Amino acid sequence: MSDNRGRGTGDNSSSAPYDFGGAWQPSEIEIARRIARKNRNRKNALIAALSSLLVLGTLLVVLVTSPGWITLRDTFFKWAYGFEVLPKIILGFGTNATLTLIAGTSVALFGLLIALIRTSRSPALTPFRFLATIYVDVFRGIPMLLVILLVGFGIPALQLKGVTNNVLILGTIAVIITYSAYVAEVIRSGILTVHPSQRAAARSLGLSHFQTLRHVVLPQALKRVTPPLLNDLVALIKDTGLISILGVTDAIRAAQIQTAKSFNYTPYVMAALVFLAVTIPLTRMTDRMLRNSLERQNAQGQA
Amino acid sequence: MSESGMNTPVLRVEKLRKSFGDEVVLQDITFSVPEHAATVFIGASGSGKSTLLRCINLLEQVDDGTIRLDGEDISAADVNPDEVRKKLGMVFQAFNLFPHMTVLENIILAPTKVQGIGAEEAIAEAFNLLERFGLRDKADQYPDRLSGGQQQRVAIIRSLSRHPRLLLLDEITSALDPVLVNEVLSTVRELKVEGMTMIIATHEMGFAKQVANEVCFLHKGKILEWGPPEEILETPRLAQTRDFINRVHDAGRL
Repeated sequence: MSDNRGRGTGDNSSSAPYDFGGAWQPSEIEIARRIARKNRNRKNALIAALSSLLVLGTLLVVLVTSPGWITLRDTFFKWAYGFEVLPKIILGFGTNATLTLIAGTSVALFGLLIALIRTSRSPALTPFRFLATIYVDVFRGIPMLLVILLVGFGIPALQLKGVTNNVLILGTIAVIITYSAYVAEVIRSGILTVHPSQRAAARSLGLSHFQTLRHVVLPQALKRVTPPLLNDLVALIKDTGLISILGVTDAIRAAQIQTAKSFNYTPYVMAALVFLAVTIPLTRMTDRMLRNSLERQNAQGQA
Repeated sequence: MSESGMNTPVLRVEKLRKSFGDEVVLQDITFSVPEHAATVFIGASGSGKSTLLRCINLLEQVDDGTIRLDGEDISAADVNPDEVRKKLGMVFQAFNLFPHMTVLENIILAPTKVQGIGAEEAIAEAFNLLERFGLRDKADQYPDRLSGGQQQRVAIIRSLSRHPRLLLLDEITSALDPVLVNEVLSTVRELKVEGMTMIIATHEMGFAKQVANEVCFLHKGKILEWGPPEEILETPRLAQTRDFINRVHDAGRL
């Protein structure tokens, strides 16, 4: 075809839409290339398998040949006993799950509100901006355990009328207070990464300040901070257990009770497995959702 | 196809084919770009120009055919794309400057990190290039602060800083207004005078006429007509080529 000297015209026949390649057969070069790629992939898979086998195998050998392995196995991995106490732990995990749902929803809303206040520019909101900043500074800085103790034991001590003394509710409130401060900062950082030109484009379409936030800024911001938010959610699932110091029975507390009875630590391992059974699928699911939505949005992202 | 005896072309593409799923976007693409030559691809949006450039830059895996850079088959399975790209420069329609770096930092990134040139030398060279293209005073600015034309010129300088064998320009003026188009195009003209080997996808017919050694008309994934710029642009033989050029003409860009 084109060879830079002179001119020419090519196959002019298919003025119809793309031909869909029914008649096309790969050339010998392409076939050789495919075989080479396949061989390389096979080689890579083999290397991956061998290296995994070597590393994991070594770890396993080090573990089971260590002097205390038998004792450790009997204290931490007594599976029969573990399955015996599993229902109690799962029951306790119900508390974690419920608290996560309630606290998670509240944290999302409250954290978003704080983030919006902190990123707002309206002069009327100045005192709120000030308060929101103090709130975040304070509750992000205090260990959550202290907040739980302060709220859980402090508020009942005030003997206010009409205020609950239920430690479950107070503990949950403490968790919400602390986590909202974290989440507000994560969302705020997401909002700040949305380019000002996006806001300009939305405002010039006639969208109000709030509509711009709702339809243009927040969707982009939240998508960007989904991974760190997921971090916080997973941490929340685990940290709901902290309110057990107020006397609530969660999965860890349930395991602790069983351990205290038998002096065998297998219930702790079971509790760990229960947490993993929830957090790992959650992480994978969110990862996939995020990847799909980015792939739909970004053309030619690969390289 | 008389290459025997002549120097090896900088780029030689043979029977290239690329499809996305069932949709064949490029087929039977064959052409060469000799040293110091500029080959211009014209054609409607969706005719495959960008995909062709992305294939050459190994951003896409071709389905068939070969791409040779200085005689070396860069479409082979065992090629390291990073090594190939050291010899290629690419400028994108949307500039793709790194917004978190200043102009200077954008330019010296590849020389210092990829080619291992010392910071001082890279900066000196960057200032040289900036000076030449009249952007010396923008060195410490962030890309977002520059006009589109300035950004695109910085993007060109960024790709030049690596001394590429071949420069790929992918509709580099499509996102610019006509006034800014000129400053970018004159930069490219200057490169042409200096002998830079280039492949250019563009809608600017006047510009094509000035810099091209060869114009190829890409239509639905095939090179339908090719030849010297005056002939293709002024006396096209095929109805499709005429149609396209007339449409661009009507749009006021000739």
